[in-house]
Amino acid sequence: MKALYPAALAAVAAAPAAAQDAADAAMTVDQQVNAAFAAATGPFVSFIFAPLPGTAFPWIVLWLVVAATIFTLYYGFIQFRAFGHAIALVRGDYSDPNDAGEVSHFQALTAALSGTVGLGNIAGVAVAVSIGGPGATFWMILAGLMGMASKFVECTLGVKYRNEYADGTVSGGPMYYLSKALPERGYAALGKPLAVLFAIFCIGGALGGGNMFQANQAHAQLVNITGGDASFLNGAGWITGLVMAAVVFAVIIGGIKSIANVTEKIVPFMAAIYCGAALIIIIINYDQIGAAFGAIFDGAFTGAGATGGVVGALIQGFRRAAFSNEAGVGSAAIAHSAVRTKEPITEGFVSLLEPFIDTVVICTMTALVIVITGMYLDQTGLGGVELTSAAFGSAISWFPYVLAIAVVLFAFSTMITWSYYGVKAWTYLFGEGYTSELIFKLIFCFFVVVGASAQLGAVIDFSDAMIFAMAVVNIFGIYFLMPIVRDELDSYLSRLKGGQIRKFN
Amino acid sequence: MTVLIVGLDGSPGGEKAVEHARRMVGAGGALKLVYVIEWSPFSFQTPEENAARHKRREEEIAIAHERVIDPALASLRSHGVSAEGTVRHGDAADILDEEARKAGAVGVVIARTSASGLKSRIFGSVAANLVMHASVPVTVVPVSEK
Repeated sequence: MKALYPAALAAVAAAPAAAQDAADAAMTVDQQVNAAFAAATGPFVSFIFAPLPGTAFPWIVLWLVVAATIFTLYYGFIQFRAFGHAIALVRGDYSDPNDAGEVSHFQALTAALSGTVGLGNIAGVAVAVSIGGPGATFWMILAGLMGMASKFVECTLGVKYRNEYADGTVSGGPMYYLSKALPERGYAALGKPLAVLFAIFCIGGALGGGNMFQANQAHAQLVNITGGDASFLNGAGWITGLVMAAVVFAVIIGGIKSIANVTEKIVPFMAAIYCGAALIIIIINYDQIGAAFGAIFDGAFTGAGATGGVVGALIQGFRRAAFSNEAGVGSAAIAHSAVRTKEPITEGFVSLLEPFIDTVVICTMTALVIVITGMYLDQTGLGGVELTSAAFGSAISWFPYVLAIAVVLFAFSTMITWSYYGVKAWTYLFGEGYTSELIFKLIFCFFVVVGASAQLGAVIDFSDAMIFAMAVVNIFGIYFLMPIVRDELDSYLSRLKGGQIRKFN
Repeated sequence: MTVLIVGLDGSPGGEKAVEHARRMVGAGGALKLVYVIEWSPFSFQTPEENAARHKRREEEIAIAHERVIDPALASLRSHGVSAEGTVRHGDAADILDEEARKAGAVGVVIARTSASGLKSRIFGSVAANLVMHASVPVTVVPVSEK
């Protein structure tokens, strides 16, 4: 196994050199990695982001909007009806005390959140606002609210159709509900192929958005605070990549739990500090709040400040929201499946809090700070995490250092969570077992280095493309499964109303 | 029948607590041994830990029975004291008090310190919490370092 790693590294370094002229000898390691990467992923990316004929509107964005709208209407605005009950579930009001020691709703929710609260909230939002203008914020929040319904349906299915093994461990997620539930509804021929397709894209998503994008932006932030262009790390992403890969290796292969445990405990506090700082900046600039919301609504409906007008703002808003909260993507269904509950629907309720916390709260904080400080008007070409860092830094001079730590930790916890999603998809395809998992984990570590070395544009396109490809398969399958969740919902709500489902404390 | 609850954590201190409770309850009384595994539903875990949680929980309970509860029960029975045991997850002070009320116990017996650093920290606070909030009298058995 050990031989695979350097061999693959050499292969990527050699591929562009073989394909191109001798002039490439002058390219740095980073440039070579980037060229090879962009060439390999280009066609797939172009297909996913292909516009609808005769417009500039990518079909994939429409796909997500339509799905979230259908789920919202079909379940009667469940995201607003069940919001209070979801909070009661997370507080443990309905948890059986005899299940103490099992995975609680809170633990399933926070584990899934650790995969979504990441750089999408910090860097992705900056990308949206810098390209789509302040108006992108409006569409992003709307997408977050609608996405709650998508998350609700997929996580309910995730728990209902998970595999519970004899040794007490569980595996769940779209691969399992697609292959098990579609035959129940009379679409046996669809089940397995969709599940396999989903698993393939999930591996891509784990390596892209769950890995390379995180490594890339963590590196950008490290370069930023160690002196920008003058930094010793500038243009040497492979150094950051190797270090991060080594730590990820230690956790997911070496089984050094303490690193993961420390991260899992610090990350929630970093998220709180991040939101606190954003609130402070918003309060300091209270006289700008009116103007900022004015710019957000104005931009949303007139397209002011957006590349591509209203459609541009809308596309950026929806794209970043989807990438950040992963509603409809199916990833969270994998994490939520571990909960201990007799009622799958309860995990659906809990999971609808996820897009709310991720997008409606945290992403909106980032967007407001960028808009309120006026940094989105910056013309010096800052993008991604550098823009967010500059916006926070303009109000709190030392905050970029805190942000750098937050970015690295968020990136790291997202990687750990996504490596698990990737492993689950991988073992679904190639079978459970130590060797099978080890192969995937080594590939995962290798892509940390690629991600840190490649340029943002190539990485973000690939990451988005893979995550959206997961959503295509997942949502297509869910359309056939919607009535199953409807039955669960009706049954549960009538029992809740009738008093059969009671609070324990 | 006089019932006493005994809180255990697997340390030699726990054995002292059992011994003391046995003398307190005398002939005709009964003991309920409660082993508490500190656990909070609001701790943060990775998805991988969550996936294996049910398995871990079963293992934790089995080990506690096998290494602590069962030997203690065997020794009590050899002294002719009727006793039962249980293993639960949660906050130790809360659970010991809850068990005491459930069994209609006349008191709870715990040891003050335990062997390992982390456990002594937890168990130390258990004694304090229990003494302050319990609904029945609490006996805290001192454990000499020797």
